[in-house]
Amino acid sequence: MSINLQKLRQDFLILHREIHPGFPLVYLDSAATTQKPDSVLRAMDSYYQQSNANIHRGVHTLAEEATALYEQARAKVAKFINSSRPDQIIFTRNTTESINLIANTWARVNIKQGDLIVLTEMEHHSNLVPWQMLAAVTGAELEFIPVTSDGLLDLESYRVLLDRSPRLVAFTAVSNVLGTINPVGEIVEMAHAAGAITLVDAAQAVPHMPVDVQNWNADFLAFSAHKMLGPTGIGVLYGKRELLEIMPPYLGGGDMIKTVHLRNFLPNDLPHKFEAGTPAIAEAIGFKAAIDYLESVGMENIAAHEREICKYALETIAEIPGLKIIGPAANYRGGVIAFTMDGIHPHDVAQIVDEFGVAVRAGHHCAQPLHEKFGLPATTRASFYIYTTREDIDMLKRSLLRVVKIFT
Amino acid sequence: MDDLYREIIIDHYKNPSYRGHLDPNDFRYEDDNPLCGDHIEITLRTDGEKIIDGRFDGKGCAISQASADLLIEFIIGKNIEDARKLTKEDILDLLGIELGPVRLKCALLSLKVLKGGLYGLGDTSEIPLD
Repeated sequence: MSINLQKLRQDFLILHREIHPGFPLVYLDSAATTQKPDSVLRAMDSYYQQSNANIHRGVHTLAEEATALYEQARAKVAKFINSSRPDQIIFTRNTTESINLIANTWARVNIKQGDLIVLTEMEHHSNLVPWQMLAAVTGAELEFIPVTSDGLLDLESYRVLLDRSPRLVAFTAVSNVLGTINPVGEIVEMAHAAGAITLVDAAQAVPHMPVDVQNWNADFLAFSAHKMLGPTGIGVLYGKRELLEIMPPYLGGGDMIKTVHLRNFLPNDLPHKFEAGTPAIAEAIGFKAAIDYLESVGMENIAAHEREICKYALETIAEIPGLKIIGPAANYRGGVIAFTMDGIHPHDVAQIVDEFGVAVRAGHHCAQPLHEKFGLPATTRASFYIYTTREDIDMLKRSLLRVVKIFT
Repeated sequence: MDDLYREIIIDHYKNPSYRGHLDPNDFRYEDDNPLCGDHIEITLRTDGEKIIDGRFDGKGCAISQASADLLIEFIIGKNIEDARKLTKEDILDLLGIELGPVRLKCALLSLKVLKGGLYGLGDTSEIPLD
């Protein structure tokens, strides 16, 4: 079944906004954050209008309703990624916070001086800097699975690193720059065989393809709602129950405790142990509406649509003089295309295409080491989602031809 | 916004008159804009009072590189004291464009580098550009 794009795009008011006279928005920055359908906004609005209350403690009607809605969102997320239980879903602010939570709890207990953490050269700063910070405190060592010139992980080098018995392998499922879809199940299996725990940065994966945490067998997995039609301010840490149970709490405060005395406390049960303070309740409810929306379209359909759009975009922009695409061939790639243009800085590219209503991103996309690896200070990135049309790609091409014209 | 890419800017970007490096020099200073990787180095020769020659080198967007070329062109022959007093408005006048906050950083990088050199400072974050 293919997606009825014309009908679907009616749900996103912003896609019909004119950015400049005669030029409606062509939104090609969904890897940064996606647009939100009307149903997500309505769900959050309705919560504030009808059910707003703090959760878990109150016994009045609104508190019961708000608690039920919040916990339904958790159950929805659990089912969406096939977590065997809802209490393995911790709500955080975003992917970054989820990873920092692991670095400050599990890792603080389990990683000692000289222990090895394996990352990859294609990590977003959010799955790099927390480990650098941890290494600075604990004296742990960091090693990196190299990226090949065609933008894939070098699994032979990974095998060699595993001989050194790392404690943790933390890696991205899909690169936010190269678009590379990594073989997550295989990387996890190899890590487990070497005795390592695994953390998957799934920020660019869960929004774009069916994800089954039991199939991947990842120990920890992190993603954000705002990259999958949901609101900002809420993200997910999935963790295997046996690991979460023995981890120390992260932030201390309300809701994460069972009992508190003047000099000590007893932490709450999962998942509340890791959710101190009033959480993003409206955002959780909006997140549930986003997943409902994605399920109504179907994750297989979404993945197929992005493959088709990405293939079309790769062919279309390859015709532009001086344009070089970074990253792997279409069959290893999600809906992300980063590119350079000879003699033209990405900021100039992004600025000129904006004149056509085209929103792309310019810079290092929070992956500076990857850009250094490829010898590039910056790239321009176009990224696609459920609502991207062939006409969007045609406008991208038209605007890029204008860039070429201005600079020649 | 095509205005931003007026011929004069594209021309100074593609065919700069003052790209290079003076050796020996009396002032040399460099800095970058970590947000986008723009980098500018400026070298100057002076007679103790006037700037008698100057060059810039670096990489970056059209705005940052063109503004560096225009700036060097402007300051050659000027008193050092006057060059120290240059402001954000002077650079925007040279470029002849309006800029939003993000691109303003690109345009002002060369001024920041120039002032860093002329004030003999190790840190450009405190330099007044207004």
